[in-house]
Amino acid sequence: MGSPVHRVSLGDTWSRQVHPNIESERHIQSFNVESLINILDGGAQNTALRRKVESIIHSDPEFSLKYNYFMTQNERYVAAVQKKFHLQTIAKRLGWLENSLEFHYAYRALSGEVALSLHHLFLKSLRTLGSEEQIAKWTPLCNEFQIIASYAQTELGHGTNLRGLETEATYDAATQEFVVHSPTLTATKWWPGDMGRSATHTLVQAQLICSGARQGMHAFIVPIRSLQDHTPLPGVTVGDIGPKMDFDHTDNGFLQLDHVRVPRENMLSRFAQVLPDGTYIKLGTSQTNYFSLVVVRVDLLLGEIIPLLQKACVIAIRYSVIRRQSSIRPSDPEVKILDYQTQQQKLFPPLATAYAFHFLASSLLEFLHSSYDAILNKDFSHLPELHALSAGIKAMISDLCLQGTELCRQACGGHGYSKLSGLPSLVSRVTASCTYEGDNTVLYLQTARFLVKNYLQAQAQATPGSTLQKSLPQSIAYLTTTDLARCPAQKAADFLHPKLYTTAWAHVATRLIKDSVHHLQTVMQSGADWDEAWNQTTVIHLQAAKAHCFYISVKSFTETLEKLENDLAVQQVLKRLCDLYALHGILTNAGDFLHDGFLSGAQVDAVRTAYLDLLRLIRKDAILLTDAFDFTDQCLNSALGCYDGNVYERLFHWAQKSPTNTQRNPAYEKYLRPLLQSWRSKL
Amino acid sequence: MNQDLRREREAASFNPELLTHVLDGSPESTRRRREIENLILNDPDFQHEDLNFLTRSQRYEVAVRKSATMVKKMREFGIADPEEIMWFKRMHLVNFVEPVGLNFSMFIPTLLNQGTTAQQEKWLLSSKGLQIIGTYAQTEMGHGTHLRGLETTATYDPETQEFVLNSPTVTSIKWWPGGLGKTSNHAIVLAQLITKGKCYGLHAFIVPIREIGTHKPLPGITVGDIGPKFGYDEMDNGYLKMDNYRIPRENMLMKYAQVKPDGTYMKPVSNKLTYGTMVFVRSFLVGEAARSLSKACTIAIRYSAVRHQSEIKPGEPEPQILDFQTQQYKLFPLLATAYAFQFVGAYMKETYHRINEDIGQGDLSELPELHALTAGLKAFTSWTTNAAIEACRMACGGHGYSHCSGLPNIYVTFTPTCTFEGENTVMMLQTARFLMKSYDQVHAGKLVCGMVSYLNGLPTQRIQPQQVAVWPAVVDIDSPDSLTEAYKLRATRLVEIAAKNLQNEVIHRKSKEVAWNLTSVDLVRASEAHCHYVAVKLFSEKLLKIEDKSVHAVLRNLCLLYCLYGISQKAGDFLQGSIMTESQITQVNQRIKELLIAIRPDAVALVDAFDFQDVTLGSVLGRYDGNVYENLFEWAKKSPLNKSEVHESYFKYLKPLQSKL
Repeated sequence: MGSPVHRVSLGDTWSRQVHPNIESERHIQSFNVESLINILDGGAQNTALRRKVESIIHSDPEFSLKYNYFMTQNERYVAAVQKKFHLQTIAKRLGWLENSLEFHYAYRALSGEVALSLHHLFLKSLRTLGSEEQIAKWTPLCNEFQIIASYAQTELGHGTNLRGLETEATYDAATQEFVVHSPTLTATKWWPGDMGRSATHTLVQAQLICSGARQGMHAFIVPIRSLQDHTPLPGVTVGDIGPKMDFDHTDNGFLQLDHVRVPRENMLSRFAQVLPDGTYIKLGTSQTNYFSLVVVRVDLLLGEIIPLLQKACVIAIRYSVIRRQSSIRPSDPEVKILDYQTQQQKLFPPLATAYAFHFLASSLLEFLHSSYDAILNKDFSHLPELHALSAGIKAMISDLCLQGTELCRQACGGHGYSKLSGLPSLVSRVTASCTYEGDNTVLYLQTARFLVKNYLQAQAQATPGSTLQKSLPQSIAYLTTTDLARCPAQKAADFLHPKLYTTAWAHVATRLIKDSVHHLQTVMQSGADWDEAWNQTTVIHLQAAKAHCFYISVKSFTETLEKLENDLAVQQVLKRLCDLYALHGILTNAGDFLHDGFLSGAQVDAVRTAYLDLLRLIRKDAILLTDAFDFTDQCLNSALGCYDGNVYERLFHWAQKSPTNTQRNPAYEKYLRPLLQSWRSKL
Repeated sequence: MNQDLRREREAASFNPELLTHVLDGSPESTRRRREIENLILNDPDFQHEDLNFLTRSQRYEVAVRKSATMVKKMREFGIADPEEIMWFKRMHLVNFVEPVGLNFSMFIPTLLNQGTTAQQEKWLLSSKGLQIIGTYAQTEMGHGTHLRGLETTATYDPETQEFVLNSPTVTSIKWWPGGLGKTSNHAIVLAQLITKGKCYGLHAFIVPIREIGTHKPLPGITVGDIGPKFGYDEMDNGYLKMDNYRIPRENMLMKYAQVKPDGTYMKPVSNKLTYGTMVFVRSFLVGEAARSLSKACTIAIRYSAVRHQSEIKPGEPEPQILDFQTQQYKLFPLLATAYAFQFVGAYMKETYHRINEDIGQGDLSELPELHALTAGLKAFTSWTTNAAIEACRMACGGHGYSHCSGLPNIYVTFTPTCTFEGENTVMMLQTARFLMKSYDQVHAGKLVCGMVSYLNGLPTQRIQPQQVAVWPAVVDIDSPDSLTEAYKLRATRLVEIAAKNLQNEVIHRKSKEVAWNLTSVDLVRASEAHCHYVAVKLFSEKLLKIEDKSVHAVLRNLCLLYCLYGISQKAGDFLQGSIMTESQITQVNQRIKELLIAIRPDAVALVDAFDFQDVTLGSVLGRYDGNVYENLFEWAKKSPLNKSEVHESYFKYLKPLQSKL
């Protein structure tokens, strides 16, 4: 009976009833939650498959995440390896294929608390950068876990800037081997996941030197540990880089290579080759080496980053209908904190963002899929745009997911600080995504470079009479459409039109890009060369790239809405989120819209009115909108965010299981007792 | 010393020592602070464990040991002045929080404020010497900032002359008090007092919770640790559940309200004084925000001077990342903010002491404004600092995520400030209440004084806030005073908008309270603008007191950057209020970039002036000598995962994985 979403929490024996405060939120359903779930899953059959996988995972006690928050770094690493082992065993039994949806859903159910994820990154890189023979040779070894592989790029002294890496691979034609070497302390590979304790092989990014010439970064498969006893191979110094904010389940490692020799065939050679005599042949563009990074970046969005924000929203919003605090009127009972305007203002923009990003990342993924095969076949025409889009979008998504997740955590007051809320782990995981796979500032600037370059090119081509649209890639075609100087809206309701606010965002993005080009040119005219001028204008390039990405996200959200015409109820509720997303963006950047008079002061006030009204409207659907993400309680792993709303009982039960309560207190015996007694004797 | 840092220090335009004196208050304070720090650093008994490699239980143990030795050491060194105690504690504890901390910060002060002389005689001496370890149990699982909602009851039984304490529901379980979980044997419990069948609201009771000698929970008491948290690992935040637990009548703190043996309740004369502790703690937190942000800036800026990355021009060696405009744009506004908050913190401390003296003489007139100001500034500075520490951490790239940077620890230790001692949004709304009251006063024709006196300038007949069109003066973006005026205008405007919107809602909604809720987003905005104005004002006033020319010049640049960066971030407010024009905003953005260049050569000296010891920073990236990479490698080798060459999990899982599949 009832909604198929309904799944009682965690199987706690004492919890057989849904808390009335959350149940009442689900009474009146203005839309069909299940339809929205199917939309997010990409079809009802996917929802069904996902739930099947989840039930397999959650019915197996070996996969329990309940004790994670009590574990040390070492224990979590061991638990993650154990889960990986168990998962592979089950996958084999059930015939799940590597890279299948089943695996994807299993990771989701386990919140990624599984070791050897870099093993799969290795495979991805192999498929994008390896030749057909290399793929044929290494893939089965990986799939059968004959080897455990990782991916080693960043160094102690070098991160996002690939060209700065110091590790060298020098070709020795006499033996037909590469000599892979870390020439300095700062060249030590640092951070690669799974490398500290687990991996037997790693894909090392190194400067290729052959016939005395440096050919830039290339990828080499380097064995690092013995396949017999797992000890480091000669010339290899490897270990764990120590405690981090989170990712305790991953053994991020360091690696020093002292003239380690690998055969010529170990250089991945889809886009570049070294012939036995040391001749270097380039088959791709300078960007091809980045291609595997693009693939990884795009996969991370839906696979790791966005779900973290979604979960934070689920937890904070559910808790906010259970938590009662103060009263609006003195004589009334305490109200649900979600009824406070200030609480809605904290939580609903992140909720809208979580939806916006889901649709944005899905469309980016589609774009990637449609260009993937072409690129493997060395048609690189889409690569620059794909690279620019994935860079900026990754930066925006991780930035705003972090902000939103942290807001959700703080919106839960003191309990948000307890690990049992699940929120600290979400924050400390999402925050890593702002740096890994490319520091966000650097990524935004890569997008900015693309924008400036294309804009200049188009400008140069534009002769009087012809407009400059022809040459622009699709995602920036808007730069050439005719633009209004003033926003036509007259009242608050006018701002609830997707076309109106999409145009507004296009206007601001266009203006900022033009401005940034103008600034660059001005600095260059005053005598600076391109590079110097670029560094002196990066703050505005950053701003322009952010506006561009935000525009893209608003546009993708509105396009998603258009496709939902056969489910009007879902369309309506999502449209409110879309409106809120776009208008919240305008309000937080009001200066940019007021700057050239595109919006007047009165119009900004109207935006604010429309925005505050939306909060009230979304309030009614808030719980259902979080239910639609359809996370299981086990996967949320939060005392505050369970489906049944029994927050306080769960918090109390769970806390009592903490080792601090189940184990002795040695500090009392050692220090407190003597302290108390020394004083007593004096009294 | 690292070559880059050496060059940075040699090139500075001012003497950081002089700036340290400004921050400490005087050269003498600096001298004495260092003297105390050195007492500890040179003491062979002083041990410093790297907390990052310890488990929670080990961290707790170390922290308890530190507290135990500290009591002894302070006596030995004769440290008694409150300021000196604080310096001593900071250095002794390094970055550990103290499980017995609440005994000193809450239990004893509450006993002093609210206990009778007899009660103080009974408990004070033993709690000062830690014979009894007390904590302060206020928040409950279901109730926080809103005190009246607490559910714990203390029912008086005249027959035995005892109070019967109960936690009637799950939500009433005391939750979060520090030191309650494992350490304390007494707690001051806040509970609803019920006598003769009537509830008289919240009162404080001294409750023994563990048996002296065995440390076991007393019958009727359920007590324990609330489990793992984001940070504060060594703190045993606890829960406490009481079932018909009896304490003698004398255990109710009765300086103000009293319960007579027969159960008659005597009302307190005035309880405004209980404000005092709250105000003190919140004003102290403003200073803590400054300190945490200063630490984060020190680490990020030193590391940015050591780290080389990418290239500005192809083919040239990699520059220090501090030379990238984006890195400067990330860090220097935060550095300016750290200085601004240092001065705000110092001002709050002075003001608190000044007003406290007035209170001692029975003058409570300034208390409401101080209360409103501390609430708002606590929220304003902690929100800003919270985001700023994160920004510093991310400015260190991947290494910022490692505990070696020290930044995760600074962050997780600081971030609860946004929710404890009054949740920030609630704090902002308290300030807003005061602002609205002041606004109404001005409208009623009365003048207001203090930080809100700018409201006196409001024309009384204005109908539409949007008509605040033409402001008298043109803003000079190179003058801190003129910029302070601009912030004042912004605050005036946003206070007025909030007030008008509130009035409108009142007309439409009948109920004032519903109207308040529907205006609360505007109200918070008004409070923020007010606090921002106060910070800007205090910073620019501080400049007038700086005598040394070179220090003045560098602080003036920081002050300008602080003001201008805020304007550029909130450009909408300044444009919409016609406080500044579009072209002025463009100039502001241009000027910010110039200031970044101007501050760049002094950046390292500016963080050196905060004068943190390496051990206090707890950061490999922020070391004074800049030898980052060597030490990072040494540090990592200590990781528990590196204890054995081949990890146990290999034999357990990885090897079987290969054979079983």
